[in-house]
Amino acid sequence: MTTWQLTVNGQRKEVAVDPGTPLLWVLREELKLTGTKYGCGIGACGACTVHLDGVATRSCLVPVGLIGDRPVVTIEGIGQDPCGRAVQDAWVDRDVVQCGYCQSGQIMSAVALLKAVPKPTDEIIEESMGGNLCRCATYVRIRETIKSASEHLT
Amino acid sequence: MRAFLNAVPRVSRRGFLRVSTAAAGGLLASLWFDSPLSAQEGPPPVPPKAYPPDAFVHVKPDGQIVITVNRVELGQGIQTALPMVLADEMDADWSQVAAEIAPAGEVYKDPVLGIQIVGGSSSIPNSFQQYRELGAKMRAMLVAAAADRWNVGADQCRAENSVVYGPGGRSARYAELATYAAGRPVPEKVRLKDPSQFRIIGKRVRRLDSKAKCDGSQKFGLDVDLPAMKIALVARPPVFGGRVRAFDDAQARGIAGVIDVFEIPLVRGTGVAVVADRFWPAKQARDRLKIDWDLSGIERADSSELRGRYEQLARTTGLVATSRGDRAAMDRIPAERRVVAEFDFPYLAHTPMEPLNVTVRFDGDGAEAWTTSQMPTFEQGAIAEILGLKPDQVTFRVGFGGGAFGRRGSLDEHVTREAAVIAKRMRGSPIKLIWTREDDVRGGYYRPLFAHRVEIGIGKDGMPAAWKHVVVGQSFLIGSKFEPMAVKDDVDPLLVEGTANTRYSIPNFHVWEHHPKVNVPVLWWRSVGNSHNSFVMETLIDELAERARIDPISYRLKLLGSDANKQRAALTLLREKSGWRSNLPLGHAAGISCTEYYGTAVACAAEVSIKNGRPKIHRVTMAIDCGLAINPLTIENQCQGGIGFGLTQLMAKGAITLRDGRVEQRNFDGYTPPYIVDAPVAADVHIVPSAEAPTGAGEAPVPAIAPAVVNAVSRLTGKRYRSLPLRAL
Amino acid sequence: MAQRVRWRESMRWLLGSFLIIGVVLAAQMESKAAAANNDGLVAWGKVYSVVTSPRCINCHTATNHPEQGDDRHRHFANVVRGPEGRGVPALQCVTCHQATNADSTGVPGAHGWHLAPLSMRWQDNSDKPLSSAAVCRSLRSQTVDLINHHSEEPLVRWAWNPGLRPDGTARALPPLTHDEFVEATRIWIEAGKPCPKGHLR
Repeated sequence: MTTWQLTVNGQRKEVAVDPGTPLLWVLREELKLTGTKYGCGIGACGACTVHLDGVATRSCLVPVGLIGDRPVVTIEGIGQDPCGRAVQDAWVDRDVVQCGYCQSGQIMSAVALLKAVPKPTDEIIEESMGGNLCRCATYVRIRETIKSASEHLT
Repeated sequence: MRAFLNAVPRVSRRGFLRVSTAAAGGLLASLWFDSPLSAQEGPPPVPPKAYPPDAFVHVKPDGQIVITVNRVELGQGIQTALPMVLADEMDADWSQVAAEIAPAGEVYKDPVLGIQIVGGSSSIPNSFQQYRELGAKMRAMLVAAAADRWNVGADQCRAENSVVYGPGGRSARYAELATYAAGRPVPEKVRLKDPSQFRIIGKRVRRLDSKAKCDGSQKFGLDVDLPAMKIALVARPPVFGGRVRAFDDAQARGIAGVIDVFEIPLVRGTGVAVVADRFWPAKQARDRLKIDWDLSGIERADSSELRGRYEQLARTTGLVATSRGDRAAMDRIPAERRVVAEFDFPYLAHTPMEPLNVTVRFDGDGAEAWTTSQMPTFEQGAIAEILGLKPDQVTFRVGFGGGAFGRRGSLDEHVTREAAVIAKRMRGSPIKLIWTREDDVRGGYYRPLFAHRVEIGIGKDGMPAAWKHVVVGQSFLIGSKFEPMAVKDDVDPLLVEGTANTRYSIPNFHVWEHHPKVNVPVLWWRSVGNSHNSFVMETLIDELAERARIDPISYRLKLLGSDANKQRAALTLLREKSGWRSNLPLGHAAGISCTEYYGTAVACAAEVSIKNGRPKIHRVTMAIDCGLAINPLTIENQCQGGIGFGLTQLMAKGAITLRDGRVEQRNFDGYTPPYIVDAPVAADVHIVPSAEAPTGAGEAPVPAIAPAVVNAVSRLTGKRYRSLPLRAL
Repeated sequence: MAQRVRWRESMRWLLGSFLIIGVVLAAQMESKAAAANNDGLVAWGKVYSVVTSPRCINCHTATNHPEQGDDRHRHFANVVRGPEGRGVPALQCVTCHQATNADSTGVPGAHGWHLAPLSMRWQDNSDKPLSSAAVCRSLRSQTVDLINHHSEEPLVRWAWNPGLRPDGTARALPPLTHDEFVEATRIWIEAGKPCPKGHLR
């Protein structure tokens, strides 16, 4: 058991867990931030996506011991970012979600995409969102909504 | 499942409204159903219980209207659709409406089926009328309350947007009237709106739960957090039914945070439970268990062996599912006008995004459970049984589910039973049992493996003149609590739905089934029997149309029987909306299908090319006839989503396979459902305008897509595909 | 007259001796060169065995995707090369791969995890390893300081510290030690980078 100092959604947090504990479970169980989801545990579905120092990261795979001082942003905090807010609003406006379980990860991935490529083509959207699984298959709406959000962002 | 649902005894509805006033001063209304049974068979009637916290509508003093939905929300949008129905009849202000999911409870049972259930696309058809009446009764009571207060006749008042208006410019908000209305008698009969008066029903209404699902605040079963809660994982046998002979937990117990390790009974065999204070230590500990499994005397299912065995069985007739016409008619048709086709389909897992989980706390004289469940009545009962309680001593809370597709409606409550057993041993602590994704992929309860053999005799006009069809696969109804109601003469209707109940007017039509017993637990998978039957029917019909050189839509319209009104309507609308089919770029082809599920008809056209050996789906046009469309936006979503879900069947790694009793896949790397690249780039949905009773949309789109895509591929390659999943093209 | 004949005879003997010595020397040099060439080819074989082993070749692909595992199957979750071999936004290599191995979750890691450029592909478009002759010619034409690359590049060194798989077992190492690999590289270079004959595929 080791103590770790993390910056999560702009706040300093201290947790005491084994260094091998994935960030996902630190967020969910120690910090009670349950918006980031467990879907597979092997990085194949993207439901656990957070931003680690601005990089879309699959938190089920990253042991807390490798975080260092890189700041973490989760779905609970992404609304503070104008791009994050725009994506969330677009998602609600266009009725993207069904069960919603994968959508935290979808949104975090979409925000990372739009921050890197504000006007993505269909191909870039398909490749960048290509690793996020949705069993309800909201994919058609995800494509349309990313295009729509990118049009509203300057 | 239609036959099954129709066979369940119908409850007669002599409803009356009981009203109670909540401590907070709002108006609560509950609807009870008296349930004398009219059917002669089935379980004895259960008298309704007094259940004080029951509520369907709660008008709060601040004007918010909380509607309780008697169906778990799994993504299908019922949490928005049923409140729309109630709110419309109630003349409520939609912007004030919030929705909740009902816990397990007597009054929340499906009014037709007599159990609490989400399945068989039955929520809308069975609760539409119920929620209309609830809303109308609420409105009547609020109007009566205002009329009373103003000393005028109720017929001099009208209601609109949560306000009652009276003569002389008087008005009163629902929130003001609520407490006063609580003391009013509940009307026995109410007049429902004429559909022309609907203000909410029929509109594209955004779902109520979107925002919470987009900002991380929506809680699912897996997110439940309670004081002193423990996490439990179970090590299950590598072959279904295996038992623990011995285990060494020394290393497991050495992990910090582990509380206990012990053997537990499972529905099949036994396993070892690990209880820890957090998920990661529980997983570390379970990974370090050394278990000696006793696998003696257990059947070891093997996909290759089953396929071979089923293929042989399909070449023999079995139990008669449907028989009409002359069985010898086939013999009179010359060989050059006969088609013989053998199909095989693998086991399929559901893999909803939220892994299975149940949280149970046992206090000795009561218990509480938190989960998401398609069958709350049975799961509540299972917990009670294991803990030695009566069902109403178990508070069974139903939360939002991260998908289900049938997986959360197991007929043996196996997940809940595991949790209850562990909760019993760890009395006083809430126990959250989690199935990891590996547990889920390997844990059984699959859509069964199937084989079909079809022999078609084609008439000189190109239409089928004789049809002999054998279906082989496991039955999950037989041996379950539903068997007495749904299975007659050992024939399970779910094995052959989509074939036996086809609306194609095929003479000399004979369908048989075999349902071998295999040591693999199986269950219903979204659209159930249609998932494979529709593939067989719609690819074969396509082949016949091609042979006859008739347009695939025209062929189907010609072949459909006179009672296939919805399918005709869907096909006609599809034809109108798919003009793009005659204007395709080189290398692209269109494929058609038409299916029906529980009274909802779907017609589908897919535009496909082949890229990197896989079908690339450029667009899908879907027409759906589901009677009155309560929320066209929900229906559009269910169609787009059902298409994406149905594509699981075509994925290169979309199969669960067993070798020597063991499931070969472990996670999404081995069992790979559709990602965005596999789904259509665009999907447009068109709803047949209808005033008929509404039918469900959650499953009907699913069986349509695989045959439509494969029919398109067949046009491109000239080959026919009878084995799924689709390997490299 | 006799003197000139004697001189010519002496010269002939001298020339002959020189010739014989020259031939002997040349033969000796040639056999030394041949030996060196042989050593170089042997060294090359060792280099080839390492660069086409899974820990290396999984990222030296010709396609749009990396591979994973000893069976070199296509990497799951549709991860793709991207314009710089680092993946695409929201699905970069570093979305999952950190600067060191994450043994508790079984994810390999090293600083700057990314795909080798297409110029360093050791497979064809069907994920089949290229022949020894083909890879040799490719490596021979690389301008990178090969000794330095094989000796110091973190992603190369990672192959000898590849971490644990998700099931807790250790990933298989390349067929030689890192030192042997670097040494074989050096020998090959000093031998003039000889390449075996054979199909350039």
